[in-house]
Parts: sequence; structure tokens; C-alpha cells
Amino acid sequence: MFSKILVANRGEIAVRVMRTAREMGIATVAVYSEADREALHVLTADEAVLLGESDPASSYLNIDKIVQAAKDTGAQAIHPGYGFLAENPVFAKRITEEGLVFIGPPADVMANLGDKTTARTIMARSDVPIIPGMTASEADPDRLAVAAGTLGYPVLVKAAAGGGGKGMRIVWSEDELADAIAMAASEALAAFGDGSIYLEKYLDRPRHVEFQILADRYGNVVHLFERECSVQRRHQKIIEETPSPALTVDLRQRMAAAAVAAAKAAGYVNAGTVEFLLDRTGAFYFLEVNTRLQVEHPITEMTTGLDLVKHQIEIAAGEPLPFTQEQVFRRGHAIECRIYAEDPEANFMPSPGKILLFRPAEGPGIRYDHGIYRGFDVPVNYDPILGKLIVWAEDRTSACARMIRALQESVLLGVKTPVEFLLDIISSEPFRAGDIHTRFIEEHFAQWKPDTSTDDVAALGFVLNDLAGVRPALASQADIGTAEQQSPWQRLGALDLLG
Amino acid sequence: MEVIESRIDTGSDEYKANFAAMEQMVADLKAELKKAREDRSEKARKRNAELGKLTVQERLDKLLDRNTPWLEIAPLAAKGMYDGKVHGAGTRAGIGIVQGREVFVHANDPMIKGGTVYPMGVKKTLRCQTICMENNLPMIMLVDSGGAYLPLQSEIFPDVDDGGRIFYNQAIISKMNIPQLTAVMGLCTAGGAYIPAMSDHVVHVTGTGAIFLGGPPLVRAATGEEVTAEDLGGARVHCQESGVSDYFAEDDEHAIQIIRDVMSLLPRQEKATIPTRAPSEPLYDPQEIWGIVPRSISTPYDVREVIARIADGSEFLEFKAMYGPTLVCGWAYIHGYQVGILGNNGVLFSDSSLKATQFISLCDRQGIPLLFLQNINGYIIGREYERRGITKDGHKMVHAVSTATVPKFTVIIGASFGAGNYGMCGRGYSPRFLWMWPNAQIGVMGGEQAASVLISVKNDQLAREGQPPLPAELVAGIRQPIIDSALKEGNAYYSTANLWDDGIVDPARTRDVLGLAISVSLGAPLAGRNQGHGTFRM
Repeated sequence: MFSKILVANRGEIAVRVMRTAREMGIATVAVYSEADREALHVLTADEAVLLGESDPASSYLNIDKIVQAAKDTGAQAIHPGYGFLAENPVFAKRITEEGLVFIGPPADVMANLGDKTTARTIMARSDVPIIPGMTASEADPDRLAVAAGTLGYPVLVKAAAGGGGKGMRIVWSEDELADAIAMAASEALAAFGDGSIYLEKYLDRPRHVEFQILADRYGNVVHLFERECSVQRRHQKIIEETPSPALTVDLRQRMAAAAVAAAKAAGYVNAGTVEFLLDRTGAFYFLEVNTRLQVEHPITEMTTGLDLVKHQIEIAAGEPLPFTQEQVFRRGHAIECRIYAEDPEANFMPSPGKILLFRPAEGPGIRYDHGIYRGFDVPVNYDPILGKLIVWAEDRTSACARMIRALQESVLLGVKTPVEFLLDIISSEPFRAGDIHTRFIEEHFAQWKPDTSTDDVAALGFVLNDLAGVRPALASQADIGTAEQQSPWQRLGALDLLG
Repeated sequence: MEVIESRIDTGSDEYKANFAAMEQMVADLKAELKKAREDRSEKARKRNAELGKLTVQERLDKLLDRNTPWLEIAPLAAKGMYDGKVHGAGTRAGIGIVQGREVFVHANDPMIKGGTVYPMGVKKTLRCQTICMENNLPMIMLVDSGGAYLPLQSEIFPDVDDGGRIFYNQAIISKMNIPQLTAVMGLCTAGGAYIPAMSDHVVHVTGTGAIFLGGPPLVRAATGEEVTAEDLGGARVHCQESGVSDYFAEDDEHAIQIIRDVMSLLPRQEKATIPTRAPSEPLYDPQEIWGIVPRSISTPYDVREVIARIADGSEFLEFKAMYGPTLVCGWAYIHGYQVGILGNNGVLFSDSSLKATQFISLCDRQGIPLLFLQNINGYIIGREYERRGITKDGHKMVHAVSTATVPKFTVIIGASFGAGNYGMCGRGYSPRFLWMWPNAQIGVMGGEQAASVLISVKNDQLAREGQPPLPAELVAGIRQPIIDSALKEGNAYYSTANLWDDGIVDPARTRDVLGLAISVSLGAPLAGRNQGHGTFRM
């Protein structure tokens, strides 16, 4: 086992990885940029190395500097977290070449799965279902009709040269096809100077369901069940849960088998996630493999009781999986809400700033993975994720209720967060019914505005409290010390004034 | 106490523009301070290293307790004077902690002109000694100086506030029972020889430290005798034969260790007691001051916004809030120490002067230190006000400021013009410390006013001679140079170069600087408060 690892990331995920490392008796090295001098991950690590300026290219994306930091500190392995270099095969390859260990899959596996066409080919070979579609464009309406029949309706008519939705049509049945093709072709011709068309299977309001995989170097592959991540805005997940309210026992078994098959087909090692789209009929299609620890991994940890980071490190150190599929169980229901520094009223624009007050929720079944503290300045330079609020409860209804309590109990002032937005989603009827899909927010919350009806009451309450509150007329006796006892010379620490 | 409610909109364009302007000024200041500390010739660095000497910074680092504050005094003295290279007037000086105790440290920098003393160097040393005397601060001197800078000797030597005064002060400081410790870490030539001689404790570094009334070149010139510095005044000579030095040190590090040992043996001194409470941070971030101070010195702003970012908990009990509103007076705590604050919100009228007089008198009677936040264009003028006796009321304020015995502190946060400088405790009124903000301006009057006065006087003269007034194009030609010169001589750097203040401070750091200074001021006992008159209601 390693005695020291470097975490090539920042924020909550770096802190989360370091916590497990500490539990395993492994020393940790943080890397940081100028903007992150006082970041929590730097304070959490045993050692910290400054990479450089705040722009990612000079810091968290700089392979040379990170490798050098690992060598300088004597770290034997590098955990990439998620984002930044986590899915960069060049980074993984370089680490291996330098005689260090990359805590993640082998570089070539990562490269194959990163290429959409290669990944599709690998999966098709192993009978993992992929979204059906034509492999070449076509102009002849008759041949297109045949192709549509093969794909099965509804189909999506797309301009081959297209983009931005121009020339795109959804066709629900055969008799609509000819008109749709003609219109799409003329539109495409006008817009792109090319009227060729191709068809793809259209998925109506699909769900995003993914399976967590763990694979060791010795060909053992297990899945740790699914996560449902359908609630997204602008293709970004914001609420995840497990189990998925849509899966039956049978469907779960089939999807899990496909996920394991996908991992085996790719020669996968370490923790990974196989993503599927699940349509209304129960058909599911391979989307991609995420070759890293997912942001939403804690919900799997909550329901399976397993520490994914621990297993990542053990696998990277060459140890075999300590359990078989039959020994993996899960219990209860877990939900995660991502807390970003962003303004839900201004199109989720990042809202960096100083954390003025932070009081995370506490109590049964609550886990708050975060990378902030009171007084911390959230830098503008990076992804504005502050943390993830995760709850566990015995069933979905209780988990929703617990998440509402946790969101209400948490106080985070100084930057804007989507907490009210999340509360409204989780309290909404369709969410409670489990009727979620990837277009859920566009469908139900496109015009969302925060409820301001109680703002006046809150202001009034503040004024009343201020008026009625106790005002100490005199400092209490205990407050009166001698000047010597409380001299700022003793309290202020190393401070070079006028210097 | 009441909490000051800020009316600043930190999202406004005005705030952002002010903030950016002050950010630039503070960055410039930091750059100047860095330059003053680090701009040394390669030759001087090499020579220092060859002699086995530590740099001044290393000496300070080893002398001061680790992880304690350092409050530097006049780091930009002599800035822009001489050849522009006599940084800090050739010395590093400031207040720090040695063996848990507040001390003054004064160190020559041999890498600046061989540590020779320039006229501003004398002025700075005298200022340092004044701080020691006013606040009962032990003085540690790290001496390494080639003596007076001879080409300018006439400006250094004979007058009441020239070189001789340093040794006079040392005798007085000794009489006041304030410890003086000197480490001889280089040359102490001629007058400089008296610095160790007049001290209570003298540590002498062998090989580099030398004390003599006449150095080898002078001895050669006068008697033809060839001697080395070590043979003439080295550590062995003075520790073994002459008895000039008390402790023999192998090197700089050893000397500093001995100084620290001696400090640990000095008797503890009781501090004066003033009302205190547990310290707390202001509710508003002190850095917001950057966005509050307007870019133009003539734009008014509410001094309460500054107080809200200096005072503990932003709490402030205002005295006579509705009377004489152009001067804000009231009580607050800074780092746990109670203070009486006077801050300008406009020119001084008769009523604001009377309010100040009563408030200063109250603080003096109650033993509360006074803090003056100067942003003042002067006292009100004009026919009506002269008839109502503005001079008489201004007098009362100036009198009260002059005679108050509690510690006084002044920060010039904007303008410091005319008699306003006097009434608001300018340098002439012996505040224990006086600092400027980078935006501050100081002068008899603003450049615009000075230009108008001079032109008006000229026109009066022409009228008496029966000539027409100055034509407009001539007026412009006269006006601009006067404004330019007022700007140059009125800015904070000119002031600090001339030692009219103790340094330029980042507004966001004002609160910490004040807290440390108040603590230092309590080293001296408060004068008896029950003498003379009571407080008159004005």
C-alpha cells in the first residue's frame, strides 16, 4: 500500500479523498493555485505544493507541475478527483511513465472510452445496446422510410450538415415522415447548402440512469447498483438519487448485466460509471463510460456502505476486490443535491464571493461534503461547486423529507446558491411521484422564480427582534480584563504592518 | 452601544471605482515599501556576506519573537531625497515583541551607504527616541554605521535637533529608567561611539564590531599611526581592557541571543489601565474602506463609515450627535480598548469646535485615549463667522488638544489643511503616533485656494498701483505651478519622506495598527486626572 498520495484536484472532492486517505494511514499532498492559498483542501492535507497562477492551465491542468510536485514530495500515487485532468489519458500515461501510480483506469482504456465512436463500436461488439441510428446520410425519401421502419418510431430527422436544431424534426409515425423529410431537407439546404438527411432513434423524455462499477486488475468486475441522475439543467446534473424510482427488479438486473459487460468489454480497471438513457418503454441505451469517480458517488456509498475512494486506492495498489457481487447489498434511499455558488435567478451564472456564514445541516442521515468555511473567498477561476448535501433514509418519501429539512437547516451566506430552487423541485408533485426525466426542469421549472411572499415578514421579524432584544447597558464584570491580558500584540500573530 | 448602520452599496459603480483606485494606491505603497527594504546594490550585499554579517532583515527576524506583529516606523523616510537610495533614511525602526515584551528596535542598514547617517537619519532616530520616552518603551539598537555622512555634516551636527541631541536623549531615557540595549555589529565611529557608551547594556561582536572616537583613517591623518579597526576598538579591546562593552559575542547571531537574554531579565513594567472589554471584529469588513474613500480629496464622505470598519463590533456611542454635526465625536472600542473618536464630516464651525473641546476634556478627565480621524479643510471663514468669534472657539479646541494628557492618535484619512491640522491633533500637537492613508493630502491650504489667494493678493497690489488686474492667460500660467507644487508637497509620500508622520498605512490595516499602538501607549502611566478644572459644558 502507498504511504503518501497526491490529490490533483481542489475543493470538496480533494477534501473527500484526503479524508479516506487519512483513515487508511496514508499521508496526503495537496496542490493548489494562487487563488486557493487558503482553500480547505490545502488546510486538510499533510503537505501542500503551490502550482502557480490561478488560471487552470498554470495550475490544476498543468501536468508537468503536478508530476514534479509528486516527485518532490515523494508521493507514490496520484488521485485525480473529477474534472480537471481526471479523464485525460495523456496525464494517466505520463504518471505511469514517471514510475508513479494513477488512481484510475489504464490510459489506453481511458482513451478508447473517451472516443465516442470507438466506445460505441466496443459496446456494439459486446451486445450492449446503443442508440440506434443510420451510419451514413441519405437523400432518397424511400430509403429513408425503410431506415425509419428499421429504427422504429419515433425517429429524429436530422440535417447531416446541421447544428443548432436547424432542420431537426421529431416524427412519431410513418405518415408524417415524407413531409418531415421534405421540410427538413429544404430547411437544411437553405441553411447549410446541403439537403442530406440522416435518422436517429428519438427518445422521448428519457431518464439518465447510470451504474457504478468496480473492477480490479484480475478481471473481477462488480456493480454497486444504479444512480438516477435525470434532474439536470443545461446538461448538468443537480439532483441524484438511488435507487431509481423507474427500475423494476428485472430491468435493474438486465441493465446491471449490460454495465458489467460494458466494463469487461473495455477491459476496465478501477471505479467507473456506465451511463444509460432509459426510455418510457423500458428500453435502455448505452451513453458513455465515465472513467473517474463521479460527483454523485456518495449516494452509492450511503446505500451500499462502501467507501469508493478506499477501493479505488486499494485497486490502484494492486489489491484484488475483497468481495463478490453476491456480497454487495444496499439498503434505503439516498439523495444528493449539488450546492453551487450560482444565481438561480440569473440563468445559474456563477456567483463567487466570500462565505460570510456557513452552518451545514446536522443530524441523522446527513452528509455534507464541502470545501468551504466561513471567511473563505470562493475564487472565480474554477467550477463553482461548493459542496454536496447528501441524505440517507429508509425509503424515498423519508429521504425527500430529510433532504427538505437538511436544505432548510443549512445556512450559507455571502454567495448565491440554488437552495430555494432545489427545495421547490424536491417539494414538487412530479418529483415526489418519481416522474423525472432529462427535460424535467425545462418542462416544470423553466419560469421558476423564488417565492418572495415571506420576505416582508422576515424583515419585520428582524426589526421586532432588534427592538425587543436585550441591550446590555454595561459590559458584564467578566468582560473587564486588564489591557495587558488582551493586548493585540499577543493576539494578532505574525503581521508585518507598514511593510 | 449602537451599531453603526452602513449606507454603502458595495455593488455600486462608485464603490467599485473607489475600490479599484485605492487598490492601486495600496499596491503602489506595497511596491515602495518592498523597494525600500530590498533595493540594495550587489556590491553591498556581497561585502556584508563576506564580513559574515547578517542582513538587517535577518537580524530583526532573529531578534523578534516568532509569530508576533511588527509595527514599522517611518519605513519611507527620506524617500526621493539625496540620490533616492537612502531608503528609510538608512535605518529600519519599529516596535515589536522580544521575550514577550513590547520594545523599540532601531537598526542601521550597513548596505545603505555603509550605514552612514544622513540628516533625515538623525530626524528619524530622534523620532524613535521620542516614541520610547513618551511610551516607556525599552530601546534596542543594532549599531552598524560609518558615522555622519560627511558631505552633509553641516545639516547633521550642531543644532538643537541635530546629532548631539541623540546622546542627550539617551542620557534622559536612562534617567527615566527606560532600558537601552545596544549590539555593536559594525562600526560605531566618533559620535556613533556614544550610542553604545550611553546604553545600559552593550553587546560587542568580535571581528566586525568596533567602537572608537577616531577611526583608523583619522588616526593615520592625525598621528601617522597605522592601526586596524579591530585593534583600535574591537570586542576584545572593549570587553577586556577599556570596559566600554559588557558582553563579548562571537557573531551577529550570538549577539542577538545575548540581547534576548538580557531582555528576559529586565523587570516587568505595569501598564496603565484604561477601560477595556473583550475585543471583537467590526461587523463590516475593514477592506470596504477601499471602496468608501472617494477618489477626489474634495468629495465629502461620512466618517462614520470608516468608524464602522475600525471599531469593535462596529459599535459607536455618538456624543452630541445633533449638535455641531460637521465633527463626529463618540466612544468606541478598538481591539478591546476604549477610545474617544473625533472625525471630520466637514469644516469646523463654532459649534463643532465647542463640541470638540468638551469631548476632549471629558476623555481627558476619564482617562480615555483620543483618536483623531482627520479629513479637514479648515475652520469656517467669512465675515459672519469672524464676528461670532470662530477664532475664539477654534482656540478652545486647539487648547484642549494641546493640553490633553491621555494618549492621542491621529490618522489623516483625507485632507489635512490649515488650522484644521492643528485642532485635529496634527504632528505639532504631539499625538503618540500619526499615520497617513495613501490618499491623504496635507498643506496650509489646498492648491486651488492657495493659487486663488496669491492671484487675489497680486491683483490688489496692481490695483494699488493703478494698473488693471492680471489677464486671464497670465492667471492660468501662475495658477497651475502653485497647484502642482501643492500636490507634490502635499501628498502622503512627501509627508512621510519628511517624517511628518510615522508612516503611510493601508486603510484596511488601520484598525490593527491602532490596536497595537494603543497597547504601546499604555506603557507610560496616565497623568493624574483629578487636577485643574472639571469639564466645562461649552
